[in-house]
Amino acid sequence: MASNSKTLRSPLQVARGLGSAKHGTEHWWSQRLTSIALVPLTVWFVFGVIGHLGAGHAEFIAWMRSPFSAVMMVLTAVVTFHHAQSGLQVVIEDYVHAEWQKMALIIGVKFLSFALAAACVLAVVKIFIGA
Amino acid sequence: MANGSGRPLSPHLQVYKLPLTAVMSITHRITGVGLAVGTLLLVWWLVAAAAGPEAFARAQGFIGSFFGLLLMFGWSAALYYHLCNGIRHLVWDAGKAIELPDAERNNKVVLGATAVLTVLTWIVGLAVW
Repeated sequence: MASNSKTLRSPLQVARGLGSAKHGTEHWWSQRLTSIALVPLTVWFVFGVIGHLGAGHAEFIAWMRSPFSAVMMVLTAVVTFHHAQSGLQVVIEDYVHAEWQKMALIIGVKFLSFALAAACVLAVVKIFIGA
Repeated sequence: MANGSGRPLSPHLQVYKLPLTAVMSITHRITGVGLAVGTLLLVWWLVAAAAGPEAFARAQGFIGSFFGLLLMFGWSAALYYHLCNGIRHLVWDAGKAIELPDAERNNKVVLGATAVLTVLTWIVGLAVW
């Protein structure tokens, strides 16, 4: 490493604060946390879907009126979209290199994911309170 | 190596046969993106149920159609693959099963579990339908 003899700052001092070691761990941890949560949620969801294949509207509404089912469905939707947007963010970061395109895609994916999650939550709440 | 320099070449992707571990790695990502797109069906299903009986019947009708069932089959296989391979990622994160013999054995475990769970789900699903 070529050090500038005119400065008293050590190489460590120069390097400190550079790089991306700020929120990387947080993103990694949230992906793991959501993936662990999705193991039981996915199993519940698959059983739920199988149990309501070809079900009539009244049967489906009755299922979502149960507090347990409603809570599980809200959790499944919210955690799924959180996991999806954080995974898609990594895919975009890996393959899209023009800065504005990368930012536009990441912002678009995050906004759409949270909007769709909100739509799912509202749908379950509407059914649950019978509005 | 083929360039005559005696130095190793990095794999040329158009002629290099990817090992199964590499194919399964990219498949995890592909199924993840596919499942993200598939969530649109989940949103439609829930919002249709909240909207009323006619909208819900339309959504159920689409899911029960040939194209809908084809989508659901692909979606269930992708879901089980991503679930099983995701659990494998969690095992890796714990610092376990990283050596190549373990990786090659777990390729088969993940593929086998995906196939068995997908087929089992469809047998049960079509039986109760």
